[in-house]
Amino acid sequence: MQADPAIPLLDVRDLCVSFPARGRMVPIVEHVSFSVPEAGILGLVGESGSGKSVTAMAIMGLIDTPGAQVSGSVRFRGRELVGLPPRQMRRLRGRDIAMIFQDPMTAFTPVYTIGWQIDEQIRAHERLSRTQARARTVRILGDMGVPDPERVAGRYPHQLSGGLRQRAMIAMALSCNPTLLIADEPTTALDVTVQAQILDLIRSLRGTYGSSVLLITHDMGVVAQTCDATLVLYSGRVAETGPSGRVFGHPGHPYTAALLDSIPPLYGPRPDRLPAIAGAPPQPVERPPGCAFGPRCAHVHAACTTAPPALAPLGPGHAAACVLPAEGTPLPPRTPAWGNTCP
Amino acid sequence: MTALLRRAGQTLLVLLGVSVLVFGVFFATPGADPTARIAGRNASPQTMEKVRHEYGFDRPLPVQYAIMMKKLFITRDLASYANRGERVVPEIMQAAPVTACLVCGAAFIWVTVSIAMGTVAAAMKDTWVDRGLMMLGLVGISIPVFWLGEVANLVTQNRYHDTWLFSWVPGLGYVPFSQSPLGWLRALVIPWTVLAVMFIGIYSRVLRTDLVTLAGEDFMRTARAKGLSPARVLLWHGLRTSMVTFVSLFGMDFAQLVGGGALLTEVVFGLPGVGRLTYRALTTLDLPVIMATVMYSAVFVVLANAAVDVVYLFLDPRVRDAG
Ligand SMILES: Nc1ncnc2c1ncn2[C@@H]1O[C@H](COP(=O)(O)OP(=O)(O)OP(=O)(O)O)[C@@H](O)[C@H]1O
Ligand code: SF4
Ligand SMILES: [Mg+2]
Repeated sequence: MQADPAIPLLDVRDLCVSFPARGRMVPIVEHVSFSVPEAGILGLVGESGSGKSVTAMAIMGLIDTPGAQVSGSVRFRGRELVGLPPRQMRRLRGRDIAMIFQDPMTAFTPVYTIGWQIDEQIRAHERLSRTQARARTVRILGDMGVPDPERVAGRYPHQLSGGLRQRAMIAMALSCNPTLLIADEPTTALDVTVQAQILDLIRSLRGTYGSSVLLITHDMGVVAQTCDATLVLYSGRVAETGPSGRVFGHPGHPYTAALLDSIPPLYGPRPDRLPAIAGAPPQPVERPPGCAFGPRCAHVHAACTTAPPALAPLGPGHAAACVLPAEGTPLPPRTPAWGNTCP
Repeated sequence: MTALLRRAGQTLLVLLGVSVLVFGVFFATPGADPTARIAGRNASPQTMEKVRHEYGFDRPLPVQYAIMMKKLFITRDLASYANRGERVVPEIMQAAPVTACLVCGAAFIWVTVSIAMGTVAAAMKDTWVDRGLMMLGLVGISIPVFWLGEVANLVTQNRYHDTWLFSWVPGLGYVPFSQSPLGWLRALVIPWTVLAVMFIGIYSRVLRTDLVTLAGEDFMRTARAKGLSPARVLLWHGLRTSMVTFVSLFGMDFAQLVGGGALLTEVVFGLPGVGRLTYRALTTLDLPVIMATVMYSAVFVVLANAAVDVVYLFLDPRVRDAG
């Protein structure tokens, strides 16, 4: 398929998702906009409950809670996905946009072999015989660094280690050569060494498969290692967005800065205590009228509490939803504690 | 192999426990003195004495128990207390196929219908179809099988028997398959249905709940994210997984029915099965027959347990590895 550089692969505009709760609609994701370019890796960061998974599920058209409302626009290669008939959405899902989930322990159906489940996805989208599908399954498992892929294909999910299972999960997601891979906290359930291997694997995908990745995580460190661009979500709203280098070097939002402070350095002595952000994000039902970060922000003042601050541009492609830059008192630039490996 | 031995040991223990219990309860029941019953009313003390000695009632209870077990399992000539001379073991062997036919047919009906109902209800969760089916299931559960059987009899045997709708229904009783397959079918269709109704209710509701719970599982979300059709997700991933619970439920119910639990249905429809035998023995306090039917039933429950375990191995790879 041809790629028009002017049109990003995935373009999300003004995405809002709300769920009904106790007789009224609770907005979980509000006016989120971002785009993922061809072969780009976008990191979606935020604390637990900030709406990262809901955003991903909305893109995939997988929100099926009765009464849930999804509005805004999700364009994939220029094609609108919000409101797409289920049948067409289904054809896209798994073939053009694939998703991997946080917990590889529970993401496979326990009663079928890994190979069977990957074959199933291939055969759902392509007219292939069982043997052809299996051949591809084995090849992709091998590509994902699974040792002895033929044997692993014949194993059941519970017989594999977490790392192998996540590799198998990625193999399944890539089995139909999707152009966009949504990875929802793919490494959270894994231990540190395996985590690094899986991130390496994800990073290599754009070279080997030309895939774009939307990487969801709550770990700024992961973003620093992996992503070209960063989107910080706070309580269902965009706090800051921009190229990773800019966001890490010149954070425009106090929340981003606080997140950066909480990254443990990979090399060198670990500090005794990581500064954590005091307090917890507001429940979606009880968001304050102004900046959602206000109650936890060290710079909060009167201007913050009237209305949610709009995204203010800070540089090319870089913007933050904070009143400080516009007031002429931006946060100081930082020397990243981490070398950003993505140029 | 060791598993097999363990299972055999378990079976023996269960049988021992059950038989001792039945034996104990019987002799603890006031008015159950078998001597008087066998000897008949107003029997002379001499006759009583003779009977007592003949049946071993003058020996201590453990000896009586041992005699009974020997007669039941080794010489197989245990005789009924109520009908003198009636051998118990052959009687059960005769009744067993009737019960088996009744229960297998009913099981087939309830499994197919409840899977269909449960799946459709889960697929159409929270619509009126779902609510309607589940109400129906609840009604099925709450109708007593005895009453339902009587009503079915009333309708098909008396009230509407002469209409075109039910003129094919034969009179109460059983027709062996070997004698007339069609007659067998006709005699059993209504008992099958009546027996299946309650189980359809239970199983469809359980299955629906199970499927709805599964729908929130991660692997169901994965299946949907793969781009599979909703039907495939529901049947191949949801239903297939919930079969694990379904089978364990089924194994126990099936076993207790084959073991004589379909008693009321057999009585209502005059089917000479194990259940009716148990019923008769209970009403006449006929210890040998009670003992024999209870043991028969216990054997089935244990066997079914074993069968369920085997099916489990097929259905759930996790169990396969744990074993
Ligand atoms: N189907 C739903 N119905 C109602 N509320 C929902 C639903 N799904 C998610 N939510 C709510 O949306 C909010 C955001 O959830 P989400 O799963 O997107 O968070 P997250 O950023 O992915 O967090 P985590 O890091 O824990 O995965 C939570 O408060 C959650 O309770
Ligand atoms: S808008 Fe105000 S409260 Fe919100 S982050 Fe900026 S300074 Fe803090
Ligand atoms: Mg999440």
